[in-house]
Amino acid sequence: MTDIAAQLKEQFDAAIADKRPLNIVGGNSKAFYGRMAVGDTLAVSAHRGIVNYEPTELVITARAGTPLVDIEQALAEHRQMLPFEPPHFGDTATLGGTIACGFSGPRRPYSGSARDFVLGSKIINGKGEVLRFGGEVIKNVAGYDVSRMMTGALGTLGMLLEVSLQVLPRAAFETTLVQQCSQKEALQRMNVWAATSLPLSATCHVDDGLYVRLSGAEAAVAASVKKIGGDRVDDDDEFWQDLREHRLPFFNGVDNLWRMTLPSAAPPLNLSGCQLIEWGGGQRWLASDDDAQAIRNSAIVIGGHATHYRGGQREGDVFQPLSQGLWRLHQNMKHAFDPQGILNPGRLYPGL
Amino acid sequence: MHVYQEEERTPRIDKVALVAALHTILPADSVLHDQEDLTPYECDGLSAYRHLPLLVALPDSVEQVQQVLRVCYDNDVPVVARGAGTGLSGGALPHSQGVLLSLAKLTSILHIDPLNRTARLQPGVRNLAISQAAMPYGLYYAPDPSSQIACTIGGNVAENSGGVHCLKYGLTVHNIMQLKIVTIEGELLVIGSEALDTPGYDFLALMTGSEGMLGVIVEITVRLLPLPERAQVILAAFDNVEKAGSAVGAIIAAGIIPAGLEMMDKLAINAAEDFVHAGYPRDAEAILLCELDGTNEEVSEQVSRVCEILENCDITELRIARDEQERAVFWKGRKAAFPAIGRISPDYYCMDGTIPRKRLPEVLRHIRDLSVEYGLTVANVFHAGDGNLHPLILYDANHPGELAKTEEFGGKILQICVEVGGTITGEHGVGMEKINQMCVQFGPAELTQFHGVKRAFDAKGLLNPGKAVPTLHRCAEFGAMHVHKGRIAFPELERF
Ligand SMILES: Cc1cc2nc3c(=O)[nH]c(=O)nc-3n(C[C@H](O)[C@H](O)[C@H](O)COP(=O)(O)OP(=O)(O)OC[C@H]3O[C@@H](n4cnc5c(N)ncnc54)[C@H](O)[C@@H]3O)c2cc1C
Repeated sequence: MTDIAAQLKEQFDAAIADKRPLNIVGGNSKAFYGRMAVGDTLAVSAHRGIVNYEPTELVITARAGTPLVDIEQALAEHRQMLPFEPPHFGDTATLGGTIACGFSGPRRPYSGSARDFVLGSKIINGKGEVLRFGGEVIKNVAGYDVSRMMTGALGTLGMLLEVSLQVLPRAAFETTLVQQCSQKEALQRMNVWAATSLPLSATCHVDDGLYVRLSGAEAAVAASVKKIGGDRVDDDDEFWQDLREHRLPFFNGVDNLWRMTLPSAAPPLNLSGCQLIEWGGGQRWLASDDDAQAIRNSAIVIGGHATHYRGGQREGDVFQPLSQGLWRLHQNMKHAFDPQGILNPGRLYPGL
Repeated sequence: MHVYQEEERTPRIDKVALVAALHTILPADSVLHDQEDLTPYECDGLSAYRHLPLLVALPDSVEQVQQVLRVCYDNDVPVVARGAGTGLSGGALPHSQGVLLSLAKLTSILHIDPLNRTARLQPGVRNLAISQAAMPYGLYYAPDPSSQIACTIGGNVAENSGGVHCLKYGLTVHNIMQLKIVTIEGELLVIGSEALDTPGYDFLALMTGSEGMLGVIVEITVRLLPLPERAQVILAAFDNVEKAGSAVGAIIAAGIIPAGLEMMDKLAINAAEDFVHAGYPRDAEAILLCELDGTNEEVSEQVSRVCEILENCDITELRIARDEQERAVFWKGRKAAFPAIGRISPDYYCMDGTIPRKRLPEVLRHIRDLSVEYGLTVANVFHAGDGNLHPLILYDANHPGELAKTEEFGGKILQICVEVGGTITGEHGVGMEKINQMCVQFGPAELTQFHGVKRAFDAKGLLNPGKAVPTLHRCAEFGAMHVHKGRIAFPELERF
């Protein structure tokens, strides 16, 4: 438990005075993600500790440098969890980095995303001001929802000092089934199931296996197992963790990994390489050396987008380029938070 | 200082020229400018504040919205968007020098996609109409404000509205995927997408709850959920409000997230009982309504667990709705609570603070003390699961000075909510009503940042001017009487 906010602010003020860009680093577990980092390293990981955790209020507040494992452990002691089941990508993963990247894991389509559970934040903006938005209550519409906008902004609008998250109880019981079927059939099944009140909590199709996790009261899960059918998966926790952490064989030795988010019922993509489907069809991992533009276009035409998750040209576009109108708003917003362009410049888009 | 105070704008808008310009875009009957036509638009659901707009524009297409906004932009005319006008914070209160832009004619349900479970809607579609249209597919739209028969989805997005099912199913922000907005310059932008996330800053979250300050919402794609296989509601009565509050904590501590968890106090119970005869126990000091939904087996198990928990919470009575009909009756009293109060008092003023749930007893005690001090009665209706309080202050606007007294009392309640770590508004928005309390909740640096966000979308400050975020000047005037978190607010600004 250390609070180094004052120190961080000093480093900030110095950088602002010299107009020196800062590269904000938490656990450095997601250094691979986004465009190339530039600037002097500002290390946040020493700013750590759970500031407030009230199990019956379903809220936890922690400093940005707090290791994700510490948070998960504290929650587990009260049979609670981060409902968005974030990937760690390393033992050092911090809360701040997770929120800045906006990463969510297998439970996402059934419970919500990282930003859905963000209730409040304390940040330092590019002017060196310490600001607090939102709070520790679930319902709060006072002022613009800046905290949620920080999620996935890759630190380009503000450095997170503290984050408050809504948490949820763990299900009493969980089990995973696997069925053999094609991608096309899997997409159909996942979407049909999602339109019923089955207690789904994760789905994945890989190598002709459709994996489905059910969570809830034991009797409810048992009844749903009967309805859906399939073989039970032993050690299913390990399967979902390996999926979340990109440790399944599918991810081994992939040079170019693309993340596509699409309308969930969109048909299988006609691209070369291998595909893994999760999130009920809403997220697809693509290992492909196809032309970047071709991959992006195939996502755009069906209402989605593609991120060059790993292995891309990190001086170029990692994220899907924005429309002209949206780009202007992004520039305006950046200017409103970070007029001198100190904060992680260019990590999200060139010039932002 | 009275809340309701419009900034002076110079030069004054040339009404005749503006009407002429709008007539080139809209048919004559879609531009209202005679006093008698304007009167129905003079206020929203917060009728204590009234103001005639300069004129009302009623576009019936997105192109018309764009054109109207271009005219306003070119002529520096303020624009206030309006859905159904059920807002409770004066968000749709007109500007006397501006256009009131009604989205009421844009009422089409454009598309329902049963496989992807989404619905694409025009902004004037009523909240309840979405679930009605989705029902044939076994789907529904989860956020269900009590005003759902009247309020629009555009207004719901602008306020980030909630309902009785928020704890389990989230607010509006958790249930929408894509917006089309028209900027003040008249440009049409797509925000979010039909996928679960979108590259770039999360403007979808930012727009939600932005109270018409950043853009005009002209299309909304919402997420639809499967209708639960079964829903069952439990009613528990208590001889003391604090016991009801602890029962809420006990249910959540047991790892149960009810679909709805609502509390009413004695006055609200009796008003509802007089109005709709829901069969509530009149002698109870508080009742809890706890709804559980999901698969048949899940509900059976949760109902028995919740009953077990409640039986250890010193209840005076416990009922489980036997069938769908009785479930509807249990809810009817809660859903009619506001109009029920409206029957027993000439006027009532609805507050909307949120607090950490464990602070409920002390907050209720404070409210009771203030009620005695001000000589005004308060009924409490409470989204107990998510800590959102709706104290209803009963008053009579015909008694000189009583509204002002009520507003002052309300302001104190909100201040208490902030002091215990909560917020001045859970779901009704800041609008005009809570503009002063924003100075209690936020310091000058945060407010300045909010103005920066606003400028990023609306550099001229034409969209809903004067609402939602106070100027520092205004806070300095208000703050002269207040201390913010132990330090005097705005020490750098001159006192008046
Ligand atoms: C009896 C009663 C019960 C209520 N219960 C609840 C409840 O349970 N939960 C809850 O959250 N609220 C509740 N409300 C408040 C209100 O119904 C909601 O805030 C609702 O979302 C407002 O919708 P509307 O269409 O009436 O919007 P309006 O009142 O017309 O407008 C509200 C705000 O949104 C802006 N706006 C409207 N449409 C657009 C648009 N298309 N683009 C941009 N800005 C727009 C307006 O400028 C204004 O600032 C209740 C109100 C009443 C009268």
